[in-house]
Amino acid sequence: MTELIPDLTTQAGWLPLAFMIVMGLAMLAYVVLDGFDLGIGVLLPLASDDDKDLMIASIGPFWDANETWLVMGIGVLLVAFPMAHGVILSTLYLPVSLMLIGLTLRGVAFDFRVKARADHKAWWNRAFFAGSTMTAIAQGYMLGELILGFELSLFAFFFSTFIGLCLASGYALLGASWLVAKTSGEQQLKAIRWAKRSVALTAIGVGAVSLATPLLSEVIYDKWFNLNNLIVVWPIPLITAVLFVVLWRSLGRLPVRLANDNEYGIWVPFTTTVGLFMLAFHGIAYSLFPWLVIDKLTIWDAAAAPESLLVIFVGAAVVLPVVVAYSIYVYRVFRGKAAALEYY
Amino acid sequence: MDSVDALLLARIQFAANISFHIVFPMISIALTWMLMFFKWRYNRTGEDHWMNAYRLFVKVFALSFALGVVSGITMSFQFGTNWPGFMETVGNIAGPLLAYEVLTAFFLEASFLGIMLFGFKRVSNRVHTLATLLVAVGTTVSAFWILALNSWMHTPAGFEMINGQAHATDWFAIVFNPSFPYRLVHVLLASGLTGAFLVGGLSAYRWQQGDRSKSVMAGIRSGLWLAAVLIPLQIFAGDLHGLNTLEHQPAKVAAMEGLWETRRGAPLVLFALPDEETQTNRFAIEIPKLASLILTHELDGELQGIDAFPDAHPPVAAVFWAFRIMVGVGLLMLAVSWLGLWQLRKNRTPGKWLTRSLVAMTFSGWIAVLSGWYTTEIGRQPWLVSGVMRTAEAVGPASAGTVMTTLIAWLILYAFLLSSYIAVLFYLARTAGEKEGQARGINAHGPRVGPMIEPQGAS
Repeated sequence: MTELIPDLTTQAGWLPLAFMIVMGLAMLAYVVLDGFDLGIGVLLPLASDDDKDLMIASIGPFWDANETWLVMGIGVLLVAFPMAHGVILSTLYLPVSLMLIGLTLRGVAFDFRVKARADHKAWWNRAFFAGSTMTAIAQGYMLGELILGFELSLFAFFFSTFIGLCLASGYALLGASWLVAKTSGEQQLKAIRWAKRSVALTAIGVGAVSLATPLLSEVIYDKWFNLNNLIVVWPIPLITAVLFVVLWRSLGRLPVRLANDNEYGIWVPFTTTVGLFMLAFHGIAYSLFPWLVIDKLTIWDAAAAPESLLVIFVGAAVVLPVVVAYSIYVYRVFRGKAAALEYY
Repeated sequence: MDSVDALLLARIQFAANISFHIVFPMISIALTWMLMFFKWRYNRTGEDHWMNAYRLFVKVFALSFALGVVSGITMSFQFGTNWPGFMETVGNIAGPLLAYEVLTAFFLEASFLGIMLFGFKRVSNRVHTLATLLVAVGTTVSAFWILALNSWMHTPAGFEMINGQAHATDWFAIVFNPSFPYRLVHVLLASGLTGAFLVGGLSAYRWQQGDRSKSVMAGIRSGLWLAAVLIPLQIFAGDLHGLNTLEHQPAKVAAMEGLWETRRGAPLVLFALPDEETQTNRFAIEIPKLASLILTHELDGELQGIDAFPDAHPPVAAVFWAFRIMVGVGLLMLAVSWLGLWQLRKNRTPGKWLTRSLVAMTFSGWIAVLSGWYTTEIGRQPWLVSGVMRTAEAVGPASAGTVMTTLIAWLILYAFLLSSYIAVLFYLARTAGEKEGQARGINAHGPRVGPMIEPQGAS
């Protein structure tokens, strides 16, 4: 593997690596942040009409900025790795189209459902659910394809579709645990039940990806079952297992505590779920590095010219911290329990 | 054959997407600044009707913004799915420009949008005004970067080709390429006109419905004033942009003017059916020598015709007609805004012809923008980047069947969303009067909303 990595002291060496990290972090930020938005869309049909408004109100001020991380991630792929962008996106033409149609439906339903005539609201709620679910499944499908190195076969189709369902379930878990923290009363208890139901399929999905990656690729197998790497990599599955236990126990105990008006630990389900997503992401990133397309295209093969990358890098280094700062500010403005959204 | 069909379909798909996209930013760029104006008037005067106008149009803005965002995301993916060759050849130039748009504009507008829309009770009025301002700045900065890239595709500068790939040599020359200043001004003025007629049109519709709130007249007057000021500027800027195009893309101008042969003293063609087969205009109505006079400022100035660009000229009829539609809508805007202001002098109320014209022209900005956009983009063909790469070289490997399937899905979705958008805008306008009454808990201005009229079609 080391022979794939060029001299990192040159610009052509370290810049692609830096952009790989920026792209990874942007994608991770997207999956976590828009993950709970999409999860709430997946869960929407389970709620009563009043609760639907509150659920959407809990993400209303944020979703747009959250979705921007996807533009950022895909933007880095587009601008830093133009060779890979074309290969990956033309192979994934159909799931990408499906995801885009889903994102479009979800995004516009946000606004239409409260601005259109009242008797059309139920239809926009359905569009919101359908859009969110389509997006989640399509993204999971693409993850499956990425792991399989964009292989086109019946097995790849079923495997990827299955990962799609698991990711939808993972997003539902994120969304439900976000609601556990952002709502109260009956809705909060309902969210705990939804979270419990989503845990199983999420865990199966994480397991399937973890097993499939080393078994399907020799390169990845060597990385995980190589004695030299043992101490470095095995904490990942161990901590994952611990987090699942903590999450499950927290979901079991919270109803009892909430019955006594004790809100201690309401953020535990959300933070542990975010932790799970981060670990899973880390595991996948470790498996794939330095490939963008497994065994075919490394980040250095696909990178744009160093002088262009440097121009973007300087901008990103200055602007991204500011972006993170004002994002945190916006979350602080809307902290606390979700309230009905009103324009003035 | 299949590859030709796939190219055509990929182009139709991208054109459909970009057309659907561009109309929403054109509204939201101008509308944020108009919202700033309403808010500023309210802060200064304390008069409720400015805030009421703000309340109606902030909803219009939120809806337009959401549609712009989702269709914009689609575009960022379609660069890769439909035109992988584009980034592979000119990615070193296009990449940084797109990246700076995301970094300096998208995050700014998307983050502060939440506070602008829903944060009034959670932050001070000053912070709220600042958030509104930052969203307005974000939308405009976004236009700056994307038009820098688009202009570079028309008039590339500041780069060298190494092994078939463009490499940047001078970033200042890339951003401020020859057509960029003209295009930026032309597009921002177009956005202002689009917003002006939208605000004027929806407000005139409220008047038609019997709504006599003060915010209705505020909307009609603001829209008309803005349009009346901007349209002469736009005609002037458009003329300069045309002369710039003549200098850098003469083939486009030849198509716009329907000029097949290079000649001195070229006529201005008012009407014609350009025929690609015979390379002539049928049923032409011409004013002798006027095209030469306008473009070269000499009666006998020489203009290059389509014959000067063998194998590299755009389709004439589409460019010719798109250009005329744009100019026609512009002249209509001039007439309606100036006559309208004349009619409203000394606090008179709008007559039937004025409200009817304004309602009919609610989305006239879209027609002008799209036809102008088609003029310039089709006019660049067969080039994707003038003189550097052809559109056909950038197309992806997706089969015609795949592109066709997704194209149909997109077209159905767009038709549905566009009609929903227009219907909801008029619905919001129709019910705005009632909501203003509710907000104060009294019905201070008598029966403002006449008998509820069911929507007549989409408009």
